[in-house]
Amino acid sequence: MSKFFSDARLKRQRWLDLLFQNVTLLFAFIVLALLAGILISLFVGALPAIKAFGFKFLVSDAWNPVTDEFGALVPIVGTLATSIVALLIGIPVSFGIALFLTELSPRWLKRPLGTAIELLAGIPSIIYGMWGLFVFAPVFADHVEPWINDHLGALPLVGGLFQGPPMGIGVLTAGIILAIMVIPFIASVMRDVFEVVPGVLKESAYGLGATTWEVVWNIVLPYTKAGVVGGIMLGLGRALGETMAVTFVIGNAHELQKSLLMPGNSIASALANEFTEAVGDLYTSALIELGLILFVITFIVLSLSKLLLMQLRKSEGRQS
Amino acid sequence: MFPIYTRRRLINGFNLTISLLTMAFGLFWLIWILFTLFKYGFGGISMDLFTKMTPPPGSDGGLLNAIAGSLAMTVAATLIGTPVGILAGTYLAEFGGRGWLAPTTRFINDILLSAPSIVIGLFIYEIYVVKVGHFAGWGGAFALALIVIPVVVRTTEDMLKLVPNSLREAAAALGAPRWKVITLVTWRASKAGMMTGILLAVARISGETAPLLFTALNNQFWSSNMNQPMANLPVVVFQFAMSPYDDWHKLAWAGALLITLGVLGLNILARVVFRQKMPSN
Repeated sequence: MSKFFSDARLKRQRWLDLLFQNVTLLFAFIVLALLAGILISLFVGALPAIKAFGFKFLVSDAWNPVTDEFGALVPIVGTLATSIVALLIGIPVSFGIALFLTELSPRWLKRPLGTAIELLAGIPSIIYGMWGLFVFAPVFADHVEPWINDHLGALPLVGGLFQGPPMGIGVLTAGIILAIMVIPFIASVMRDVFEVVPGVLKESAYGLGATTWEVVWNIVLPYTKAGVVGGIMLGLGRALGETMAVTFVIGNAHELQKSLLMPGNSIASALANEFTEAVGDLYTSALIELGLILFVITFIVLSLSKLLLMQLRKSEGRQS
Repeated sequence: MFPIYTRRRLINGFNLTISLLTMAFGLFWLIWILFTLFKYGFGGISMDLFTKMTPPPGSDGGLLNAIAGSLAMTVAATLIGTPVGILAGTYLAEFGGRGWLAPTTRFINDILLSAPSIVIGLFIYEIYVVKVGHFAGWGGAFALALIVIPVVVRTTEDMLKLVPNSLREAAAALGAPRWKVITLVTWRASKAGMMTGILLAVARISGETAPLLFTALNNQFWSSNMNQPMANLPVVVFQFAMSPYDDWHKLAWAGALLITLGVLGLNILARVVFRQKMPSN
């Protein structure tokens, strides 16, 4: 053996290899530790509020910094209500867009249209907020809300949800703007999973004389069920934690309202509005507990989304 | 009332028309928002915007300190977050074959990718701002770095996995140790893809407002000290837009236009880089 392949040289390389692998491992571990760190630090920050209010925090609608009484019910309800409105509008629209992009669009239009929808996701949320407050809300108050009042407000059972002064800002406005923001996320997941459906399956259905709609509804959708639900969950995760857009238009009122047209509050917007101005340890701690609740909810929703998408990928692997 | 064939064709036609309309619905908002931004923001773009500080209400001014602060924090966040993301992504792609760490990290990373950014702000507030006792530019940079990391991890892993194994095997057959194979062969082969990831991460953080509210806060004056509260474009736009003053609104719209053009420009640039340098995709 020449000196070139000396043992010392080989040993050094082996040592460097080990070093490199462990450094990358360390950084992968940091990502993991980050999540644990967030959970622990929020929990520690929320501890005074958890001790003071216990479980009652979740079901109380009190929010009074003067008397130090806090409850999370109003922001939790607001967060859920805006997200539900967003999904009710966002799911059918995203489905339509994904259907258009995968089945109907001419080939040369697919990429520009897909990019345009993805740009909708690129617009920062503060822009949605400003546009919502200064442009959308006035139009909505003048032209749409009176109609909602007259028509939907008169319905039995759900009518109460749609009665209220046409102010333009409120839970419904926030939900609609959230819907526009989650559409690109849901639509792009749906488009991606629609594209993994084997051509043979669709062609056999076409061969039997099915229409495009029947192929999508009876073949594509059942095949990609898990992925579609995963995409919807991803959109929900986004909607729950969205801050700036909601803060601008939701109205920031700490009161439980029956109507969607009234101002409300969401967890994220309460944090954005009040955190830097919170005086007193209990006030700050109560806000941090809100953050903890938000993080836990989104964590669960996003985990479900991920598991569903993984399930689809697994079944896809089995078939090919 | 119709024969079944006609009915099926009618349903088909109706539903496909609805699908076309939803597409138009999506584009409608994009166009409306961009139109609004140009309508209100374009008039505010002038030399003053880039040369003067944020003004008190009622007097002239620009957004110089906010633009500079945003740039400083974005650069710092990218410099902190990118190496962490690239190394972690390398582990997932190159060494993550067995064991529990890689799948768990991948799962957690995908969750962090969509985690509410305001919670990231709270986290940095808890572990940094409370400890040093005041809001500071570094806090903002750290919060933004935490948003950069998952984006870079994800794209790095995806891009490294696209590199054909034969390249790695060829390098290994020449006697190259593993670390040389990765740094000199795999990383180089996926350079464009990793660049795309970094650009997307920068685009993502340059419009983020929520995590800066409790970390960098804001500063009405020029500040080049990252240890002090620092002006930044998104928070200035937020404060000015929420204020009752007309001249502040005008600056807010101009700032909003700047942010949007920057973010959309980066998004498009990322796509171009990716498509030109990785023709196989």
